[in-house]
Parts: sequence; C-alpha cells; structure tokens
Amino acid sequence: MILMALVAVHHRSLKVAIIASGIVSLFSSILFLLLAAPDVAMTEAAIGSGLTTIIFFYVLNKIQKSNV
Amino acid sequence: MFKRLFIFVLLLGLGYIFFSLVENYQGKTELSGIGRYYAERGADELGSANLVTSVVVTYRGLDTLGEVSILFLTALIIGFVLSGKAAPEKHKFNPASEILTTASKMMIPIVFMFGVYVFINGHLSPGGGFQGGAIIASGVALLLLAQPDKKINHTLISFIESISGIGFVIVGILGILLAGGFLDNRIMELGTFGHILSAGSIPIIYIFVGLKVGSELTSILSNLQETQTQE
Amino acid sequence: MKEITIDNVSIIVGFLLILIGIWGFLTQKNLLKMIISFTLFNSGLNIIIVAIGYIKDRTAPIIDSSVNKANAVNEIVDPVPHALVLTAIVIGLGVTALMLVFALKLSKHKNSLDISKYNDLKW
Repeated sequence: MILMALVAVHHRSLKVAIIASGIVSLFSSILFLLLAAPDVAMTEAAIGSGLTTIIFFYVLNKIQKSNV
Repeated sequence: MFKRLFIFVLLLGLGYIFFSLVENYQGKTELSGIGRYYAERGADELGSANLVTSVVVTYRGLDTLGEVSILFLTALIIGFVLSGKAAPEKHKFNPASEILTTASKMMIPIVFMFGVYVFINGHLSPGGGFQGGAIIASGVALLLLAQPDKKINHTLISFIESISGIGFVIVGILGILLAGGFLDNRIMELGTFGHILSAGSIPIIYIFVGLKVGSELTSILSNLQETQTQE
Repeated sequence: MKEITIDNVSIIVGFLLILIGIWGFLTQKNLLKMIISFTLFNSGLNIIIVAIGYIKDRTAPIIDSSVNKANAVNEIVDPVPHALVLTAIVIGLGVTALMLVFALKLSKHKNSLDISKYNDLKW
C-alpha cells in the first residue's frame, strides 16, 4: 500500500497516478475488513475506489480536450 | 532551496510527533464509556440488530442530518458552477463497444436492485443508506458509460431528492410530537427482533437517506457528463 | 518493544499515508496531483480512526447467530468510531468533487495547470 501511495505522488503521467490512488483505496478497504468493520469496508470500496476514480477521469478528459 | 529545507524540517517534526504518539499507544482490552452504554442497551431499546445503524440513525441522528445537508449543498454548488453553454449539436459520441452495450443491458437492473436491497435491509445486516446510495450511483455511472447520449431527466432527480429530504425531516418532527425526542424511532412499534418490519421507524428513515444520497451523486455525475464534448 | 497486532500495524500505516499525503501536497506543482495527495491524506486518517476502536479477539458489532444478545458487551468492538468514519468518507467524496470542479474552471481561465503560474494574488 505504501508503494502504491509513493507511485501516486511521484509518477509523471496523471492516468497512472489516478489508478494508483484507486488501488490505495482498495487496500484500505481490505484493512477495514481485517479490523472487524464490515459497514465501513463496504462504504470505502463503493465510494473510494469506484466513484472517486470515475470523477477524476471525467475532469481529466475535459481538461486535456481543451488544452491540446 | 530554502523552501525545500523548510518542508523537510516540517516533515521531520511531524514525523517525530507521530512517532511519539505511536509509542505510547496501548490497545484497549474492554469496552468503556459511551460504547459500553450503546452495546448494553442498544438492542433492547431500539430493536435493531445492527448496532452501527442504531448509532447513526437514532443515537446520533443529528449528525446524519448535518451530513445530508452538506451533500445537498455540494450537489447544488456543482450544478451551479457547471451550468452554461453546452452546445447541443456536438453530442455525437462514438458508440461503445459491443461487449459493453450487451453486458450493461443485463447488469444495470441487477445493480439497481442490489442497491435497493442493501438499504432496505440496513438494520439486519451490514449496509444501510450510504452504501445503497453509492451502489445506485455506480449503476448510473455504468449506464452513462455504455450509452453516452442518454439524457437524464433533471426534473425527476430533483423531485426525488426534495421529497426524500422533506420526508426525513417530517419523520424526525413526528418523533418530537409522539415520542421522546428528535428522530426517536419508537413512534412505530418495535416488532419482533430480526424481522424486516422491526425496529420502529429505522427502515423508513434509511430509505429516505438512501434515496437522497443516490440522487445527489447521480446529479453530480450527470452534470459532469453533460459538459463532455467529442472533438 | 511492541507486539505486532493488527491495530498497531494499521496505525503505523495510517500515519505513513498522512505523511506521504502532506509531502505530495507541499511539493507537487500540478493542481490535479495536489488533489490526489489530499485523497491519500483522507484515507490515512480514516484508517487511524477505525483502528483506535479495535479490541483484540472480538468481532463486528452486529447481533446475529454468532453474537449472543445478552452477552454483546463482551464480544463486540466499539461501534462509535464506525459511525463517525461512515460520515467522514462520504463528506470526503463531496469535498474532492467540489475541488475538482473548481480546478476545471480555473484551468479553463488560465489555460494551464501549473500552480506557479497563478500569481494574481502575489505581492
């Protein structure tokens, strides 16, 4: 998880960084399950690694279309 | 050059504070304080099998009201900032691939039904309003990916959102008039433990919260989709 | 020194994520990278709050066939941090969406995402 976080901060391409932050969210959902919290794990998996990644990609597409 | 040094010193200081916090940490060995009160009396007073649901909806229901209003404000601001001149002629997207269109026709109704199941059974198994709303919004995101030309009716979404918000507040005020306090769930009878129609008004409150969260996230996604243009 | 239980490991991982998030926020120049670092910071904080309520060898706070109703005080973890983190995750999503929409509007105005070009308010 720490390796994925470092990739998300450092990598030059923005697409790889967004996907790396989605993977960090997925790992933290597994950690919540190991800490005996099923409600929180379900919420973090649906919101963190689903909706946040989709919203990031919408905005990235819009910015790169108008800057090219 | 000095900025880098300053950032490095700041991070070292924060790292030292965190290290001393981790060193003095000892895990708990038994429940104490307010968690103990909720665990002892939650199941008998409120009749709900999921203790986290009873804490979120009844014992700390005012925090849920605040969070729902923050989400409403966010959806409002995004709809206001992103409004503007979207040219209606340029919405000619390439159609999605065949696997996506065929599979999405089968999977989208199942995803919606699963989301509704999760927030109706919020008081019996892990789940609840927020999880169900997020699953419904993910289903809408799949719909927008498979059919990029589909226009979502904004009047319907804002109607659902307003009715759910008003319903939530009305159930809370009924709690003041008929029972102990705001959002008390003893206005309806408690029923048998573990059945779907038990725990007073907790299922009704969670249905309103789930519909409201789902419709707000849907309106954020559809506002972002309508500003996309194909080159 | 300290034993290796799951909540000790989770607290260390959470603090490392917070440090990486703050470092990325202070040194990166691209506006979208700063927002990604903020998301990492949020995730680390939520892990720490849930890890504080963990009690060793106990199970989730749901009363069904494996947890007896009368004996629930001795068999479940603390349910109050779970309720706080549930709210915090949803509000984190709302704040991230708002930041992204404002970044979109700013970049259309100035035509670039580099933060050193936004010097309208400098002395």
